[in-house]
Amino acid sequence: MNLMFSSGPSLPNRLALALILSVSLIVFDHKFDGFGTTRVYLNSLVSPLQYLANLPGQLLNASASRFVSHERLFNDNAKLTHDAMLMNGQLQRLTFLREENDRLRSLLNSPVQDNTRKVVAELMAVDNNPYSHQIVINKGAINGVFEGQPVLDDKGIVGQIMQVSSTNSRVLLIADVTHAIPVRIARNNVRLIVSGSGSLDELLIQHIAHSSDLKVGDILLSSGLGNVYPEGYPVAIITSIIRDESRPFSQVRAKPVAQLDRLKYLLLLWSERTLEEEPEAEISVK
Amino acid sequence: MSIRHYAIALSIVIALVLQIMPMPAMADLYRPDWVLLVLSYWALALPNRVNVGVAFFTGLILDILLGTSMGVHSFSMCLCIYVLAANYKRLRNYSVWQQSIIIGIMAALYNLVIFWLQHLITDIYFLFDYLWPVASSMVIWPWLFWLLRKIRRQLRLN
Repeated sequence: MNLMFSSGPSLPNRLALALILSVSLIVFDHKFDGFGTTRVYLNSLVSPLQYLANLPGQLLNASASRFVSHERLFNDNAKLTHDAMLMNGQLQRLTFLREENDRLRSLLNSPVQDNTRKVVAELMAVDNNPYSHQIVINKGAINGVFEGQPVLDDKGIVGQIMQVSSTNSRVLLIADVTHAIPVRIARNNVRLIVSGSGSLDELLIQHIAHSSDLKVGDILLSSGLGNVYPEGYPVAIITSIIRDESRPFSQVRAKPVAQLDRLKYLLLLWSERTLEEEPEAEISVK
Repeated sequence: MSIRHYAIALSIVIALVLQIMPMPAMADLYRPDWVLLVLSYWALALPNRVNVGVAFFTGLILDILLGTSMGVHSFSMCLCIYVLAANYKRLRNYSVWQQSIIIGIMAALYNLVIFWLQHLITDIYFLFDYLWPVASSMVIWPWLFWLLRKIRRQLRLN
């Protein structure tokens, strides 16, 4: 018969030790951000578990795509060809416009917009932590991903990279309560800050004076202030404005343009500025 | 020789994988606290091998996997496992249904402590949806208990 706790400290002492350790870890991690680089290694260490957890879903997806009907593939193909045709048509115009824009900007002595490098990433897992909205994607430090990198989908801004590990990384969505993004209204360039509400289909715009020029349906573009998100990508559309004069500010709600609840493929952006800062990133990005 | 040494660790790893496995949003709400359940079983069955120390390290892994601040899950996990390991003699004599209620209370404590710690760190609001795992953990407990006891007896773990 094994004696219980025959070696080491007694059970209450162990508890006290563990709790004190936990609390100091929380303080160390949260207040002082003490796990900056260690977290990369820790994340890489546990990433096999994430791949394992992702396996059943991937197998299901693989078998589902194997049994797609011929007709559906045919229709998809036709639609994609059609889309590509239209896009290419617009693209011809875009290169011309970009050159013209650059020329005009250089005439005005304002900085020419930098080209951005893009890489497609795939969603690996959605976090099941109910208190925060994070997702895991399949690109990591070896692909040149860095902390604070903007992440987009085909519609608009999704969020930013929060933690990097070697082969995957964690994205904080714009709908998270701890996230805020500077934007401007496309119609009149009024600057605002959009913060997450904790629910995936709603964003809040706080501290808006009753007199400011906002309308339901206004498109909010990223303003490029704050140096995290590049300028001019769609973020959200205003859905409701409550102007209650008895309150100090009007209550404005918006809906994210990106479909945060059905993400599959994502775009990672490298602006020229960040590429210059991290030359090794350029090499690893194809 | 081989599997007997790794059985407990393996069961904890499987619980961790189940805990982070992507699920449809509908089912995600009702995901039982797999790691807590498995650790609870071992804390009741073999408190000399699984107690606060194992709970602490498993909680840390959970923190890394879920992207929470280091220490949040380990704090909560240690607290629950301590209560179970300290009262293991009494709890072992309960019927599995009574145990299930105790596990429900532990799961509620676990989730509330995590919520409370997270609330201190970021300002999140409480939704009653956060307590669905308590119900599903209570439902899962008898089956998990039966399965793990079968494994323990088969491998004669002690």
